[in-house]
Amino acid sequence: MALLDIRQRVGWLFMTVTIAHLILISAQVTTRRGVPLLEEAIFGAVAEVQRVATGGIGEARGVWQNYLNLRQISRENEDLKQRLSQLEVALQQERALAGQTRVLQQVLQLKTETPFSTTPAAVIASGASPEFRTMTLDKGSSQGLAADMAVIAPAGVVGRVILPTPRAAKVQLIIDRNAAAAGLVERTRAQGVVVGTGGDRMRFEYVAGTADLKTGDRVVTSGMDGIYPKGFVLGQIESIERKAGEFSNVFIRPSVNLSALETVLVVTSATEGPKTDTAVTRPQSAPARPE
Amino acid sequence: MRAAGALIAIALALALQTTLARFVVGGSTPIDLVLVAVVYVALTSGAASGMLAGSVAGLIQDALASDIIGIGGLAKSIVGFFVGAIGQQFIVTAAIPRLFVFMAATAVHALLFQGLYAGLGLRTFSSPWAAVVTQALGNTVVGMVAFATVESLPGALERRRMSRRPKV
Repeated sequence: MALLDIRQRVGWLFMTVTIAHLILISAQVTTRRGVPLLEEAIFGAVAEVQRVATGGIGEARGVWQNYLNLRQISRENEDLKQRLSQLEVALQQERALAGQTRVLQQVLQLKTETPFSTTPAAVIASGASPEFRTMTLDKGSSQGLAADMAVIAPAGVVGRVILPTPRAAKVQLIIDRNAAAAGLVERTRAQGVVVGTGGDRMRFEYVAGTADLKTGDRVVTSGMDGIYPKGFVLGQIESIERKAGEFSNVFIRPSVNLSALETVLVVTSATEGPKTDTAVTRPQSAPARPE
Repeated sequence: MRAAGALIAIALALALQTTLARFVVGGSTPIDLVLVAVVYVALTSGAASGMLAGSVAGLIQDALASDIIGIGGLAKSIVGFFVGAIGQQFIVTAAIPRLFVFMAATAVHALLFQGLYAGLGLRTFSSPWAAVVTQALGNTVVGMVAFATVESLPGALERRRMSRRPKV
């Protein structure tokens, strides 16, 4: 029965007999290198198995090592991200501090260069209504501020104090529709009145038709209004329209970025002379207003 | 019974091969009686039997004559397997097909045997084609005679038995 089974698997039997013969021959034959063929064949086969096994183990070890490295890198990445976030926050704080310092330096320089008595004040709020372009300062009448005092910044005129309280003051910006200042063109000395429009531009009015105006001309305060000291920059002429020989619309772009103000100077005394810090020396006194 | 017959055929072939070789000039015979026996067993018993017969006979022949045991066994087992497979797939009972089978088996055996030796760098055979053709012819003649003898044996025995029966 077993013989019959074997005969039914002739192919396997043939293969087995052939391999057995080959092994038998290999055991007796010596290669040119003097090594028995069987030994060389077995060694070669085993060496290949060892190579594959070693390669597989090395590969697996590499994969595992890479996985561990990835985990470590992932942890380090998380830590670095956290540190980066902290540093970004710190950097922003530093930048804010640097910006504040720069603004304060500019204000300090303006204060030093200005021949008038001034007091610095921080902007603590902007206008509550879009119809009125105002802002709020952190100093008031207790520090010597009074109505109609000019408010200036390093870049130019900001506005005037319209409502001082003991600890704060409301400032009407120069672009408010009710604001006005006497101005003149720096290049030609042509005079007029700069009025706010409620938008982000001002209009130069009451300018003589014969005046020499050009786009880009700088307009400064003339001091004729009794509020703003002479010589502070109001802005630059942005566009000029003429109608029937007269200037119909002359628009001025403010020199001060009114939406980015942090610290300003309030001119407490517009008369030139020895400078005093009104915030300290004359906290309750009203400024001398030139008529 | 068939396995015993195969073993007897192989043993007889080996015995004749080793004894006949002495009477031939040069000490070698162009006839491989063991191969003839393997082909006979393969044609009568099938691929598995032919292969096993070839393997055993070849190994014994290698052990007796060759320096590498296994080359003759491998060659004869392959020949036995394929001759048995051909015998099972085709009708090779007529004289002409058998003649071709013997010749082809001898050629394939010589090719494998000499090819293995040459391939392994163990030995080279001078003028192999002439030797192979001579051996193929010799093997074919002996094989055809053997088949004819074996197949006519039962009839001859019967005739002899009939002739010895007492006449009434």
